[in-house]
Amino acid sequence: MSGVSWELGMNSLSLFPPPGPDGNITLFESNNELVCGTSLGSRQKQGWEPPSLLFPRESLKPHSRPESSSKAAFLDHRDTLWMRSARAWRDSGLSGLLDEIANCTEEEVPRWLTVGCSWTLALLRWVSSFHGSLFPHLTLSSEDMVAEFSQVLDWSDCAVRAFAWHPHTDKFAVSLLDDSIRIYNSKSATAPTLKHRLQRNVAALQWKPLCASALAVACHNCLLVWHVDPTSLSTRPSSGCAQVLSHPGHCPVTSIAWSPNGSLLLSASPVDTAMMVWDVAGESCVPLQRVGGGGVTFLSWSPDGSRVLASTPSALFRVWETRTWTCERWPCLKGRCQTGCWSPDGTRLLFSVQGEMVIYALTFTDAPGEPHGWSGSSKAAAIVADLSETSFSTSQGQVRVGGQVQTMAWDPRGERLAVLLKGDPEAPDRPAMIAVFKTRISPIFELLPCGFVKGESGAEPRLLQFHPHFPNGALLTVCWSNGRISHVPFFFVSAGGSVLNPGGSPPWPLPQSRAVENGERLLYTEMSS
Amino acid sequence: MSLLTAASVAWSVLLLPVTTALFAFLSRFSLFHPIQWISESFSLLYGSYVIFSLVLLCGVVLVVGVFNLEYYTVVPSVPCTKIALLGKVLHPQQSVHSLVHSMMGIMVTWCAATMIGGRYWILAAPCSEEEGVTGQKMCLNEYYLFFLLAGAFMGYSYSLLGVVRNMNYVSFQTIQQCKYLRFKGMLPQVVRYSAVQSLYSVRNYCLFYFFFGYIPRAWICTTLNVHEDSSLHRLDTVSGLLDFRLLYHLWLSGTFLLLTWHITLLLFRIFITEAYSFPVQSSFSEDVSQCLPKVLMTFLLNQFLALQDLFLLSQQSLSRRMEVFSLSQPGGHPHNWNAICKECLSLLSDLSQRLVEYQEVVASNGRARPLSSHSDQRSTSSETLGMSTLIISSLMSLQILSIDIGLKTPSSVFLRSTSPFSSSSVNRFVGNVDPSSPWYGSVQSPHVMRRGPKLWTASTGRLKFAHVKNFLARRVLIMYLFNKLPEASSQALFADSQAHIWALEGLSNLVAASYKEDRFGVVQTMLPSILSTMLLLQEAVDKHFKLPHASSKPVRSTCCLEDSTFKTLRFALRAALKTAMYRITVTFGEHLHSVQMSAEHRKRLQQFMEYKE
Repeated sequence: MSGVSWELGMNSLSLFPPPGPDGNITLFESNNELVCGTSLGSRQKQGWEPPSLLFPRESLKPHSRPESSSKAAFLDHRDTLWMRSARAWRDSGLSGLLDEIANCTEEEVPRWLTVGCSWTLALLRWVSSFHGSLFPHLTLSSEDMVAEFSQVLDWSDCAVRAFAWHPHTDKFAVSLLDDSIRIYNSKSATAPTLKHRLQRNVAALQWKPLCASALAVACHNCLLVWHVDPTSLSTRPSSGCAQVLSHPGHCPVTSIAWSPNGSLLLSASPVDTAMMVWDVAGESCVPLQRVGGGGVTFLSWSPDGSRVLASTPSALFRVWETRTWTCERWPCLKGRCQTGCWSPDGTRLLFSVQGEMVIYALTFTDAPGEPHGWSGSSKAAAIVADLSETSFSTSQGQVRVGGQVQTMAWDPRGERLAVLLKGDPEAPDRPAMIAVFKTRISPIFELLPCGFVKGESGAEPRLLQFHPHFPNGALLTVCWSNGRISHVPFFFVSAGGSVLNPGGSPPWPLPQSRAVENGERLLYTEMSS
Repeated sequence: MSLLTAASVAWSVLLLPVTTALFAFLSRFSLFHPIQWISESFSLLYGSYVIFSLVLLCGVVLVVGVFNLEYYTVVPSVPCTKIALLGKVLHPQQSVHSLVHSMMGIMVTWCAATMIGGRYWILAAPCSEEEGVTGQKMCLNEYYLFFLLAGAFMGYSYSLLGVVRNMNYVSFQTIQQCKYLRFKGMLPQVVRYSAVQSLYSVRNYCLFYFFFGYIPRAWICTTLNVHEDSSLHRLDTVSGLLDFRLLYHLWLSGTFLLLTWHITLLLFRIFITEAYSFPVQSSFSEDVSQCLPKVLMTFLLNQFLALQDLFLLSQQSLSRRMEVFSLSQPGGHPHNWNAICKECLSLLSDLSQRLVEYQEVVASNGRARPLSSHSDQRSTSSETLGMSTLIISSLMSLQILSIDIGLKTPSSVFLRSTSPFSSSSVNRFVGNVDPSSPWYGSVQSPHVMRRGPKLWTASTGRLKFAHVKNFLARRVLIMYLFNKLPEASSQALFADSQAHIWALEGLSNLVAASYKEDRFGVVQTMLPSILSTMLLLQEAVDKHFKLPHASSKPVRSTCCLEDSTFKTLRFALRAALKTAMYRITVTFGEHLHSVQMSAEHRKRLQQFMEYKE
C-alpha cells in the first residue's frame, strides 16, 4: 500500500453533529437529520415495520462448558480401548488418538506404546507451537477464534450472534446465544426456530440470493444450509431440512458468502489457508488455495458478483476476481483487514485495518462484464476517513468517540455508510458507537457526515446490517448488547430514483449543492486528493 | 478436440521424467545408508535402462491417452440393476480396455523392475549350487514373475474400477480456473488417491497370488522349460509374502503405475473441459457451422461446451450478449436469439417429457422399471443377451401363467391382501426386464405389469404356489442381479442434466439482461414460451421428487477422480430451476402480469413472485 494519500490530515468525526442526549434513542433520519426521542410516537407507520425484538441475555442458556471438559463428563470410561481410540480419532484426529493412548493404563496397552505416543504427542505439540509462533491465531481455541474474527463486537458474550436479512422479502434470521436460529417473516405470524446437533457457535448467517428458502449458517465445525419452506406452518423444522457441508481441516467457519447470482457459496476458516467454493446442491467443494496469510477470516462478495474480498489473519488480504479465480495480494502495513464492504456497483471497496483508525478505499475502474478486465484496479488504497478519537461535550459531560472499526455496512443504494466503532471497554466515557456517513458514488466518490446512532442507555451496538430493499431510503438494523434488535430508518430521496419522502417534507436537494449552501463540509471527495 | 488431447498427452509425457526420477529415488530408499542411497539413485538416473524405460513409458502414456479419448463420456451410463453393471463389465469394448491395460501394466512393472534392479532383474537364472549337478540348469526367478503379474493385475483392476466407478465420465467444473491452477490443486489428491489405491491393489494381489500363484508359475516353468528353485522360499506362502522389501517395492511400483495413468486422465479431463468461446455470429458463411447457435444443436461434448459458453457469456460478457440480441443485417430478424432460445427450450421440454413419461410408467406399475436410457441400453445390449434369454425363458412361463389367470378372473385385481406370497419379490422380478431384450415390448403393456403379480388369489394360485416358490428360490442369484439399485433410475434420468442446468442458467441470465440491454425487444416475444416451459419443468421435477428414492442423497465419494457429480445432478437441476425462475421474476417484477399464460401457470408464477416456492 504505497502511495497512500496522507495529506487528508483532518479528523472526520469532528465534523459530526454531537450524539443525542442520554436516555434518548435514535429513531430515524428525516430531512437530513437524525431524530432522537424516547418513543416512536413522533412518526406515523409506513407499511410493514420490522419488529423490534428483545432477547434478554438471561433468558438464553449458552453452552457454557467448553467442549473438551464436557466430553469427559459424558463418556463412559468402561468402553474398550478400540472404541475410545476410534472416537478420539473421529473427534480430534491424530492428536486426540495419541492423547487417548498415552493416557491409558498399563493393563490396556504395553508401556512402550504409551511412552511412544506421549513422545510423539510432545513432538507434535512442539512443531505446532512453532507453526503457532508464525501464525499466533492458531493457538486460540476455536471458540476464541470465532470471537476474534467475527464481525460481531464481543461475540462470545453477545445474545445475538448473527443476523441476516433476506435479500428479496421482508424476512430475517437471527442466531442467538443458545445456538438456535429464529426466522421472522412479515407475512406470517409463525417464527420457526432452527436447531441442529451440529449448529454450534454460529459465526455468520446468509440467505441464498434468488431463492426463498435456503439459509447458510457458518457453524463450529461445518456449514449448514437450511431449507426452510416459507409456506410451512411448522415452528420447529426438523434437522432433515438442513444440508451439512464439511471438509476436513475447515473449521471453525467464520465467514460465508453467497454469490449474488445464487449459484456458489464461499466459506472461510482461519485455520485453513484454502477458501472453499461450494456447489451446494452437489455438496462438493473446490478449495482455492494460496500460500501466505495462515487462513481466511472474512469474505465479502461484491454486489455485481465480479470480485470477492478475502482477508487473512496476517497483514494481508486478497481480492479475487470471479471470472477465472485469480487474486491480487494486498499487503497492509499494520494489521489484518478487519472488515470491508463494496459499493453497489462493485467498483469501490472500503476496508479497515486492525490497529488503524481509518477507512481505506480501493477503486476498480474496469467495467464489469468485459473481457481482459483484470487490470484496472488502483495501485494504492486511499484513506477516505479518519476515525481517531474526538470529544463532544453533551449535557451529560464529555463523550469521547472514535476508535478502530469493527464492522461496516453500505446501504444497497450506496448513500449511507454505517460504521461500528470499537470503544474502550475500560473507559466508560468512550463507548462503542455507530457513525453513519452519507455517501455518493457517482459521478465522484464523496463522503459526508450524517450522525451517530444511539441505543437505549447502557446498550452498546454489537452488529449492524442494512435492509436490502427498503423502499423509502435505507433501513439500518442494529443488534445491541442488551439483546435488543432495533431498526433505524433513514428517509431520503435517492439521487437516482424518485422515492416519496414519508414525512411530507420537500424532497432532498442534490447533496453537492446542498453541501455548498448549508456550509456543510465534505469529508472526502475524490477530487481533493 | 484431438489437438487438446494431444496437448494433454504431451504434458503427461513431459511429467514422466519427474515421476520416474521420484520413483527411482524412492525405490532405493534405505534408512540406514542415506548417503549410499542418494548417490546410488543419482547414478541410476543416468543409466541406459532408465532412458530405455522412459521411452517405453512414453509409449504406455500415449496408449492410455488414446484410450481416454476413445472411452470418455460426458453423459455417464448409470446401470440400474446389477445385471446391467455386469453387462458393462463384460462388454467387448470394455474387455479390450481391460486387456490392453493389463498388458500396459506388465510393461510398466517391467520398467519398474528393471529400474529397481537387484533380484527383479531377470526371469531365469542359473540354479543355486547345491541343487544342480550341472551349472547349465536354469531356474525361475519367482520375484520377477510376481512383479510382472502384479502389473497385469493392477492394470486390470484399474480398468475394472474405471467401469464400476465411472472413471470415464468427464464432469465440468463449477468455477473456471486456469489449467495450471486446476492441475496444481488436484495433484496432491491424485497422489494420495494413487497411493491408497495401490495399497488396496497390493493387498488384493497378495491374496490372489497366495491362492492361485502356483498356476502361472507352473505354466511358465513348463513353457520356458525352467525349474523351480526349491532352495528359495516360494512366494505363495505366508512367509514368502511377508517380505517387507518386496511389498514396499510392489506398492511403490503400483503407485508409480497408477500415478502416471491418473495424471494422464486428469490432464485429459482438464484439457477437454476447458471453457471454449464460440463466436456468436460470423460474417462468413463457411464459418457458420462454428457459431454458437449451430454448435448448440450438435451432440455430446461440443453441445456441452457450447452450453457452457452460453452460460458464461450470459453472465459475463456484455458485448457478446449484445450480439445475441442483435438483428440480422438484411432482413432484421433476431436469428441468433431465436436459434439459441429454441435449442434451450427444446432441451428443457425434452427433459419435462422424459420425466412425465417416467412418472407415468411408475404410476402404472406401482414401481419403476429400468430406464431406457440410451447409454444403458448400449452397454447391456449385445453380450447380456445370452444371460437375458435364460431369464426370459424363465420369465415367460411366469408371464403366460399370469396372463392366463388375469383373463380368467379380472375381478380379483384388487384382492392383493389375499395373495399368498409376498408380491413384492415377484413384482420386482417382473418389473425388471432388460429393456433391450426382445421380450421388452410385450411386457411393457401396463395391464400385464399391473395384474401379473397381484392375481395369485387364493383360489387359483394355491396349486402352483409351491411350484413357483421353488422356481424362484433356485434363482436367488437372478433376483439379486435383477434387483433395482435404489435411486439409480433417478440418477439415470438426470444423467445429462448438466446441459439442462446450463440451458436454464444461460436462458434466465439472458432474459434478465434483456431488461436493460435488449434494444429491439427480441426477448419479449419468447417470454411466454420460456416461462411456460420452465413452469412445466418445475411441475415435472416437483412430481419426480415425490417418488421414493428420488430425494435420498447418494453417498459422497471422497475422491477427486471418481467423479460422482452425476449422482447429485437432479438436486442441482432443481436448485438451478428455482434460481432461474426467481431471476426472471425478480428482474421483471410486476411486468410479468402482462405476459400471456394459462391460469394455472399464472398461479404458480404468483407463488414465485411472493417468494413462496
